[in-house]
Amino acid sequence: MGVGIEVIDLNAWYGANHTLQDINLKIPANQVTALIGPSGCGKSTFVRCINRMHETNPIARVTGTVRIGDLDIYEDAKPVEIRRRVGMVFQRPNPFPTMSIYDNVAAGLKLNGYSNRRVLDSVVERSLQNSALWDEVKDDLKKKSGASLSGGQQQRLCIARALAVDPEVLLMDEPASALDPVSTSKIEDLIFQLKSQYTIVIVTHNMQQAARVAEKTGFFLNGRMVEFDSTDKIFTNPSDKRTEDYITGRFG
Amino acid sequence: MTRIRFHQSLDDLKERLLVMAGLAEQGIQRATEAYRVHDLSICDLVSRSEIAINRLEREIDQAALDLLAMEQPMAGDLRFILSVIKINTDLELVGDAADAISERVRGMDQMAAAELPVDIPRMASMAAEMVRKSLQSFIDADAELARSVLTMDDAVDDMNRAAYKALTRVMEEQSHLAPQALNALMIAHALERVGDHATNIAEDVIFWVQAADVRHMKSLKKAGLLP
Repeated sequence: MGVGIEVIDLNAWYGANHTLQDINLKIPANQVTALIGPSGCGKSTFVRCINRMHETNPIARVTGTVRIGDLDIYEDAKPVEIRRRVGMVFQRPNPFPTMSIYDNVAAGLKLNGYSNRRVLDSVVERSLQNSALWDEVKDDLKKKSGASLSGGQQQRLCIARALAVDPEVLLMDEPASALDPVSTSKIEDLIFQLKSQYTIVIVTHNMQQAARVAEKTGFFLNGRMVEFDSTDKIFTNPSDKRTEDYITGRFG
Repeated sequence: MTRIRFHQSLDDLKERLLVMAGLAEQGIQRATEAYRVHDLSICDLVSRSEIAINRLEREIDQAALDLLAMEQPMAGDLRFILSVIKINTDLELVGDAADAISERVRGMDQMAAAELPVDIPRMASMAAEMVRKSLQSFIDADAELARSVLTMDDAVDDMNRAAYKALTRVMEEQSHLAPQALNALMIAHALERVGDHATNIAEDVIFWVQAADVRHMKSLKKAGLLP
């Protein structure tokens, strides 16, 4: 099951650049939360702070509190443990190109020390089922490489890989921006199905996509979160004029 | 990501709706003038305008539909387009009401003149004022002005009720004047409907400007469905 995420006074820097400023919000469990905003507004940095990826850059720095369920991720846990609990899917599908489909999905489990073949088989099948890819690849699991799949299939393979380690939270940074409309629809359908098991945070430039998939939406601008509310409120009657101006295309 | 073409299309949509609004408002004024001075040539002008209004109704709906499909508008822009679609329908019905009044005026031409206990010009003036104010509120995006229209509707409704009472009495007591009374009653009813359409337009302006749904507040509160 997914867990809620609480962010308190989060600030982030790249060198001297203060990229996130005083972010406070509560992301509800088992819902989809969309983050929107113009390029460079800080939304991707924000999701990278939720799984402690931001700090992997040597000039990056973070202050503040992020709680995933009861876990304070900057106080109580190591980055590796956080990344097991928080899966991430990126803009461009990034399967391991030389590995088979099976090994791509099992990679995270093997890194965590699992080697029992029956356990691995079961998790690979379940993950591919949950990412709606199983029927398309079940006959080629070990014959074909991840790179042999179409772009949309590769993205679902990456989702399966993220799901295999049984995370509580799934972060998606523009997961469909490189995909055609049919593949995009499949990813959106998948997001809808997955939210009953995971808390999902999606960064997107496609506002119609945010409106379609998310219960909550946050609008970021210049490193600050301008507005966070139910998606229907944001897209029909936002409280802040800057949100209105952005979503109606009056700037950006 | 600024959408210059889209925003120009919104301005164009507003312009076209205002052309239609001008025709609808003029239709009511002309129809009541035709009633007042018994001039059938004015009725012909109303009928000609009605054709132009009908054509504009189709064009505006199509333009709004295109913008919804092509531009996926959000927030204030979305509310604006929805309001335009609804105001478009109400304006067309105002045009229909003007045409209906003209038809009654034509019918009256076959009848003997009669003094009836109903002040149609005053009722028409009030209904036309509601239309004018509701459209001004649309032009200025002025929700307060739109709210002032809502309070005027009760007065037009009261006039219509009084007209009904007085004219049915005429029909009962002076049956030879029944055709004239029935005609006047239908005109009063058409004007009452014009007031209702002006109210709808004002409600749509409030929805567009303030994102507030103020429709049916009294009846829903009475039924306990609104706090």
